[in-house]
Amino acid sequence: MSEQYVLETRNLVKEFKGFVAVDDVNLKIRKGHIHALIGPNGAGKTTVFNLLTKFLIPTRGQILFKGQDITPLKSAAIARRGIVRSFQISAVFPHMTALENIRVALQTSENNSYSFWKSGASLNKLNQRCMELLDSVGLAEFANTTTVELAYGRKRALELATTLAMEPELLLLDEPTQGMGGEDVDSVVELVRKAAKGRTVLMVEHNLGVVSKLCDRITVLAQGAVLTEGEYSEVSADPRVREVYMGTANDKATADRETAE
Amino acid sequence: MTQPVNQTEIQKAILEQQSADNRKKMILNGVLLLLLLAAPFAMYPVFLMKILCFALFAVAFNLLFGFTGLLSFGHAAFLAAGGYTTGYLLSNFSGLTTELGIIAGTVAATVLGLGFALLSIRRQGIYFAMVTLALSQLVFFFLVQSEFTGGEDGMHGIPRGHLFGLVDLSDNYNLYYFVLAVFLGCYLLVQRIVSSPYGQVLKAIKQNEPRAISLGYNVNRYKVLAFVISAALAGLAGSLKSVVFQLASLNDAHWHMSGEVILMTLVGGMGTLLGPVVGATFVVNIEYQLSQGPLRDWVDPILGGIFVITVLAFRSGIVGEIQKFVKKNLG
Repeated sequence: MSEQYVLETRNLVKEFKGFVAVDDVNLKIRKGHIHALIGPNGAGKTTVFNLLTKFLIPTRGQILFKGQDITPLKSAAIARRGIVRSFQISAVFPHMTALENIRVALQTSENNSYSFWKSGASLNKLNQRCMELLDSVGLAEFANTTTVELAYGRKRALELATTLAMEPELLLLDEPTQGMGGEDVDSVVELVRKAAKGRTVLMVEHNLGVVSKLCDRITVLAQGAVLTEGEYSEVSADPRVREVYMGTANDKATADRETAE
Repeated sequence: MTQPVNQTEIQKAILEQQSADNRKKMILNGVLLLLLLAAPFAMYPVFLMKILCFALFAVAFNLLFGFTGLLSFGHAAFLAAGGYTTGYLLSNFSGLTTELGIIAGTVAATVLGLGFALLSIRRQGIYFAMVTLALSQLVFFFLVQSEFTGGEDGMHGIPRGHLFGLVDLSDNYNLYYFVLAVFLGCYLLVQRIVSSPYGQVLKAIKQNEPRAISLGYNVNRYKVLAFVISAALAGLAGSLKSVVFQLASLNDAHWHMSGEVILMTLVGGMGTLLGPVVGATFVVNIEYQLSQGPLRDWVDPILGGIFVITVLAFRSGIVGEIQKFVKKNLG
């Protein structure tokens, strides 16, 4: 039964001193799907991500990965199991080259990360794989560029490549297109589509255009709770979803005007 | 978006740059070695040894501060742990050769460092600094109160002894070359650590800790290891110092000393290999020159002023600024 779901949460709750940020969330992410988590600002999307990767500790509830309870595991252990996340603000190592960024991720599986006596050249055998990953996101020519000098869109691409270097089974992407212009968004959509082959993806995304193009299934969060779940056509037709995105019923007139424009 | 590029060529270019960097490092190391080998013929060896001891202390501190991003405000405790342990053993067990006393001092500082690390590593930023400060104050009071340390007076007349039971270290030149060998060994070790696979992880942790966690690194363990290595080398500096001056004093354990090593590292250039060496040389020289002249009562305010100017105007320190200049104008 749980085999078809890569990730499941059961009654996940996070309270901050009386404020319920995540309220009884039950997610089921099917294997191979690109699953979107959408909702207005403050709906708790990023908090859910932080709970799944244990950057925050859930108040109650369970998290299951491939049917196994991973609720007590720590962040680093979860990453090693194959759930790797990206961040809302581009998460790179700014003063390392693009190649070194990826190499640090590849190093996790090398068992040499504590070897302080080994020479740096012992890492060169990973360079080939780094180049392949860089090439897959169109960054091969920037391999030796310090990351801080890369344009924003390229940093995000590098971040994705670094995440993929971990060979994750489940990819958690927190707003991969945030702060990007039209062309960059298209290229990220392509990258995510490529990256999702043979993997499962859960992504937080504001850009509904991206969601409609990419995602197999959508969960809408509002005020910490699941409002609805379904395919894009179902969800987008749901009046409650329109309401949380556009404002309350009282504001409906304004909202309608806005949509008309 | 991008033209197809030749991966092999880029890789080759990267390897070439690596070996060019290595060559530069070797040349710089060679120059440093020659300078230090010749130095005792131009200057008083004991003064040079003082510089080397503080340089080693600052190099050790910089491994944690500059390369891992952890500001410890308790490193004086390790300097003192090394110095007092070595001093006590060499004073009380005449059969012990000098190098064994020094090794024992280093081990003591290592163990103390592990204790400090386990208690403080979960805290961040200012809290980390405060925990390490509090722990080092505990060590200070322990050293004041204990009988065997000589309390307020410290330990005097620590015998320098014979290296391996053979080389007479009461000769300043012999001792200088021994201290130099230890210093260079440690300097090269830190150089190696920084570029090692482990050093890459430290770099990553320093630059973006949440990201390093999300890549599966158990960052606290890496930090503990860095802390322990740093404490060990700081302890070694203290052990050497107690042999050089035949003295272990409370000055070494005082929080002033923890502050001074921060000053040395910042002035020289944190996060650079040579920075702490240059910084220690600079600070020890300034202190000495000033204490000889009419400004002898003004040493602390003047050092304080230098500290402020460095932090405000030359944040990358002497070596850092030179590196920037070279990169801009020659690279």
